Amino acid sequence: MKTLKEVDVVLVGAGWTGGILGKELSESGLQVVCLERGGDRSTADDFTVPRMRDELALAHRHSLMVDTNDQTETIRNTEQQRALPYRRLGSYLPGTGVGGASTHWNGHTWRWNNTEFKIKSMYEEKYGKKYIPQDMTIQDWGVTYEELEKYYDKFEKIAGISGKAGNLNGSKDARGNIHEAPRKNEYPLPPLEKSLAGELFEVAAVAKGYNSFPRPTANASKAYTNPDGAKFGECQYCGHCERFGCEANAKGGAHMTVIASALKQKTFELRTNTWVTKVITDSTGTKATGVQYTHVLTGEEYFQPAQMVILCAFSFNNVHLMLTSGIGKVYNPQTGEGLIGKNYCYQTGTAATLFFEDKLFHPYMATGGIGMGSDHFHANWDFDRSPFGFVGGSTLGAGLYGGRPISWRPTPAGTPMWGSAWKKSVSKWYEKTMTISSSGSVMPNRGNFLDLDPTWTNKFGQPLLRMTFDYKDNEKKLSAQIANVINDLAQSMKPTSFTKANPRNSWSSVPYQSTHNTGGTIMGTNPSNSVTNKFGQVWGVDNLFIMGASLFPHNSAYNPTGPLGAIAYFAADAIKNTYIKKPGKLVDA
Amino acid sequence: MGDISDNKPRRQFLKHTVSSAAVATAAVMGVDQAAAQAASSGPVTSTTQGALEGYLWLKPSEQGFVEALVDHLCPPDALSASGVELGLNIYFDRALGGDWGNGNRLYLKGPFVKGSANQGYQLGLTPAQLFRAGTQALMAYCKNNVGKQFDSLSSEQKENILVLMHSGKLEFDNGIPSQVYFEHLLQMFYEAMFADPIYGGNRAKAGWKMIGYPGVTANHRQNIIEFKNKPYRVEPTSIADVN
Repeated sequence: MKTLKEVDVVLVGAGWTGGILGKELSESGLQVVCLERGGDRSTADDFTVPRMRDELALAHRHSLMVDTNDQTETIRNTEQQRALPYRRLGSYLPGTGVGGASTHWNGHTWRWNNTEFKIKSMYEEKYGKKYIPQDMTIQDWGVTYEELEKYYDKFEKIAGISGKAGNLNGSKDARGNIHEAPRKNEYPLPPLEKSLAGELFEVAAVAKGYNSFPRPTANASKAYTNPDGAKFGECQYCGHCERFGCEANAKGGAHMTVIASALKQKTFELRTNTWVTKVITDSTGTKATGVQYTHVLTGEEYFQPAQMVILCAFSFNNVHLMLTSGIGKVYNPQTGEGLIGKNYCYQTGTAATLFFEDKLFHPYMATGGIGMGSDHFHANWDFDRSPFGFVGGSTLGAGLYGGRPISWRPTPAGTPMWGSAWKKSVSKWYEKTMTISSSGSVMPNRGNFLDLDPTWTNKFGQPLLRMTFDYKDNEKKLSAQIANVINDLAQSMKPTSFTKANPRNSWSSVPYQSTHNTGGTIMGTNPSNSVTNKFGQVWGVDNLFIMGASLFPHNSAYNPTGPLGAIAYFAADAIKNTYIKKPGKLVDA
Repeated sequence: MGDISDNKPRRQFLKHTVSSAAVATAAVMGVDQAAAQAASSGPVTSTTQGALEGYLWLKPSEQGFVEALVDHLCPPDALSASGVELGLNIYFDRALGGDWGNGNRLYLKGPFVKGSANQGYQLGLTPAQLFRAGTQALMAYCKNNVGKQFDSLSSEQKENILVLMHSGKLEFDNGIPSQVYFEHLLQMFYEAMFADPIYGGNRAKAGWKMIGYPGVTANHRQNIIEFKNKPYRVEPTSIADVN
């Protein structure tokens, strides 16, 4: 193994958090190397049309996603089962390459608030200590909305978020999300155009007393230049966001913003096709000395020494690296001891499909974040959970993301799946159908966790990460409650017919659901309850940091990118302003 | 990374699509009218499809089966020509004989253990291997139980067998799960109907015309306002049209 020249900072992964840390730290004068397992990705050469209109290659053959032959996970619902490989991508789609999943996301960006960050204390205060089930391992995060507000603002401006404020410095505006926490500034871009599906939903939601608003998203409603000088084109509503790159740079992504900015610094180096296999620590185990990586193209192994190591990979890969590096104590679901792999969470959700004889929705005139949403059953703290007995909530929304026809072929229940009758139905309803969907939070449970698989290995012979996960009573109650709300809304909209939303009771790896996999290296208030402090600094290994959604102690109904970006900026400030001057722990506990 | 504002491919694309966008606005018509027009266009004889004729991978017996299958799944009617006329059989041939058929992006390390439905695909077979083994088993089933090859069966007999496979009630002698095999065929059928014509199916964009999908046309910034809840039908564009 060849040992390279030591640098100040090594970053593992070139997505949103690697890009943010890379830009901020290299600009402060630190020598930064960013190691990315995938290849280079640029708008000019990778995200070109008509290639980016190929539904088969991109949405069904997953050509921008990780190849399961390189790395996958083994999966099971319970500890009693044998976990088996996630052989073909389905339920979640990890990205790879420069920009990571930010190159092919839909752009939904939310500000998680104190009902998340102080979840345990707020639920205990409102509903009593006994309300939280024994096996639900929720905890306060150790960070607050007030600390993150300016970093949310920063991230929204960098990523070019279109939206409408509903709570500007405490002043409520029902055109926006009145349940959001107070923000100091409007969104950098006005909301997107309203779709017909969004308008119908809004009318129905408001009639029920639910505030409805255009969902905030990184789809640029106008041409835009962000504070770092990155130029965004105006979104053309082409219907190819999720799973596709944007040829117009109208979708904020790390590759065209923070990474492009970092690359202008002499102190920043991006090294692609470098697969980090291990974080190396000294003999005391209290100091990281660098990382070991394999050059994907040559197979050669390298040791990259560094003063600081920051894990910025996808949640699963951060957890995997901690496990393969032997840092920290592995979580044991029997005893509840150990922290690496603890509090793995996912999301839940359900949807109704509404058929309207007299409407034309044009599902292909769309963006990844178009549509109207409601936070009435989620961020709305006045929504009384006690009749239902769950912690968390669900956001509601209506919007069609592209109508790409291999996937979008809605037909009313009872329609044959092939033949002339199917053709007649699919032709009739293709443009006359909309959905109302929910996204639901998932609380951590003692029995849901990540560890290493005893049998299957990745491309480099390392054990695969093993996931044990299923929906527990809390999520089943939450799913049943929101299915009723959706069906009630759907009924009130008087469609010709509709397919009811059903509660989701068990997790299947097969149909796509969400790539919002969280937890496994959680943050918290002290070393007994968490792997890192609120800055992502690993307790007991002061020069090792972790970024991204593996830090989240539970999962919200919201998409994770807002706090993921905000915490990266928050940590970057703490590193630049405090840690560099006096390396050591940033939180005493 | 270069200057992110200088996006040459997009400019070229927009130049290409200006004419079709103009046609688009002029060609907006009622849904029924467009459907009738699509149906009356009849069999497709476009010369650009020449490169996509002929089989590369399917064996003769499989060719007959796939042709019968796609004509059953997509019979000729007022909405489109038959599956074979749409090139759906050619899509199957190219998909199975290509990267995907060979197991690209499918983790195929053993051991192979039967799992729960939630754990998804656990066979140690590439899509091409699954197709070949499943088709062999289906042919044997037809011969032993009906005394004829699948392509010689009546429409009703074909339907019964497909429904049996779909429900998992048909047991194959070679142990291939008939439901997994059939879901595989059905997914390829939908892809053949609606993937870009460059892959061999959806010939002359007949699948897209049938439902009203405009294809790779990109610019709906104004359309989303102008055509809200109003008919919008255009001649679809495909990858080959704008390359």
